[in-house]
Amino acid sequence: MITLVAVAVVAVLIAAYVVFLTNGPTPYRPVASGTGASRSVDLTLQTVAAIGPKLSPNESWVSYLVRENGVWHRSTVWTLPAHSLVHVTVYQFDGDSGLRNPFLSKARGIVGGTFTVNGKPMSMINPDDASHTFAIPELGLIVPLLGVADDAKNQCDYAPCSMSNAHNTITFTFRTGAKGHYRWQCFVPCAAGFVYGFGGPMQTIGYMDGFVNVV
Amino acid sequence: MSSRPTSAPRGGHALRIALLTVVLTLITLPLVIWVLGPNMPPGKGTDVAKAQVFDNTVLLVVMTPITMFILGYLVYTLIVFRAGKADPTEDGAPIRGNMRLQVAWLVVTTVAVLFLAAFGTVELLSNNGSGGGQGPSPIAKPDGGALPVQVIAQQWQFTYRYPTYGGVETAQLELPVNRQIVFHVTSLDAIHSFWAYQLGVKADANPGVDNVAYVKPKTVRTFQIRCAELCGLWHGYMFDTGRVVSGGDFASWIRRQQTEFRDVTKVLPPYATTYNPDPPGRAG
Repeated sequence: MITLVAVAVVAVLIAAYVVFLTNGPTPYRPVASGTGASRSVDLTLQTVAAIGPKLSPNESWVSYLVRENGVWHRSTVWTLPAHSLVHVTVYQFDGDSGLRNPFLSKARGIVGGTFTVNGKPMSMINPDDASHTFAIPELGLIVPLLGVADDAKNQCDYAPCSMSNAHNTITFTFRTGAKGHYRWQCFVPCAAGFVYGFGGPMQTIGYMDGFVNVV
Repeated sequence: MSSRPTSAPRGGHALRIALLTVVLTLITLPLVIWVLGPNMPPGKGTDVAKAQVFDNTVLLVVMTPITMFILGYLVYTLIVFRAGKADPTEDGAPIRGNMRLQVAWLVVTTVAVLFLAAFGTVELLSNNGSGGGQGPSPIAKPDGGALPVQVIAQQWQFTYRYPTYGGVETAQLELPVNRQIVFHVTSLDAIHSFWAYQLGVKADANPGVDNVAYVKPKTVRTFQIRCAELCGLWHGYMFDTGRVVSGGDFASWIRRQQTEFRDVTKVLPPYATTYNPDPPGRAG
């Protein structure tokens, strides 16, 4: 009898673990407009040097946030429609860290080959001025994000930052392509206090990495 | 009633097992050589891949009589020495001091190990390292010139640099067919491993190390690239597809890359076999 109870308890624990592993946070799903080749969605993001205590127990970790219905969430798993245009706006509140590989300072995989920084079209930035990148390697997409100047006034301490804080606004558009499950990541070693700047938030989904579910 | 034999058959059990081993080997060896061997990984897309198929086949040929002996011995024992229900559960008499058995064991294993050591050494040298990284000063080098291609690993992507073409860096790997390639594999951060499966190339990518590997693609094809060293969160996503193309297609492709990446090539560090990225990021 004791053996049966023990087996049942272990089975329940295993089932709970599997359910925990297979049920992550609900992906953010922006509303699409248009049809066919002109179908598009808007994706609005911000990057912050520290996520702060309101949004994470790891309050000092660098992070991306996504805006959903006007509210900023720490969510990095998104569902996007296939073969659609994604208009991305990034409010970049963090300072520069610099790219380990300068090659990644040039944008690739975006519509028109250029992105804008505060309204100015660019195709690359100084690699040392990069704060983060937004990259989906399987789609050949990478956009470097220009860091806020070190001497900028009113810098944001932690998220969610407001538009009155010093920031750069970066916009670009990419096409999602075929259905699939793609990872995205930052390539700048921006995790303060970790080996090679690539630990902690760079190795944890929900901060500087995530998935794009193209459906 | 026991089924255990009370006396050894004529010629002894050893002779029976030896004959069984020979018969099984004669049956399986042709299958290994002519059926299984040619289909061994990683295929015959390059000179070193073809050499690896040959090496794998030779290893199988060496293994076959040994495996047949073990399986034959096992099956023979299960049948001939099977205990009956009435037999007592007890160990057999210990065997000590069988000089013939000990000598045979030592001779066979010594010959096998020495042969494999000599064979492996010859294959490594004659096949220019057999697709493995040989460090910065390779012992086995091909004759004539080779096109240098640098593989730069970082968390979590490979990029490629072509010093012959102005040091242009690319996100894709393309190689000309029937041309000797020398990969210079390095890393900008953690330990990775560059594994171009169908090319038969697998070379560790270590920071501060130039790991050299040679290959000569023989056919126009695509090939899978993977990181073969657990390197962090997106290790499993660190893959890509490379292409072996004709000489003309390669010339066109590399010109397009030079044009597309002309601006960023100017800000790359001068080509070197290793890099020490600066700034190091926010690493503590």
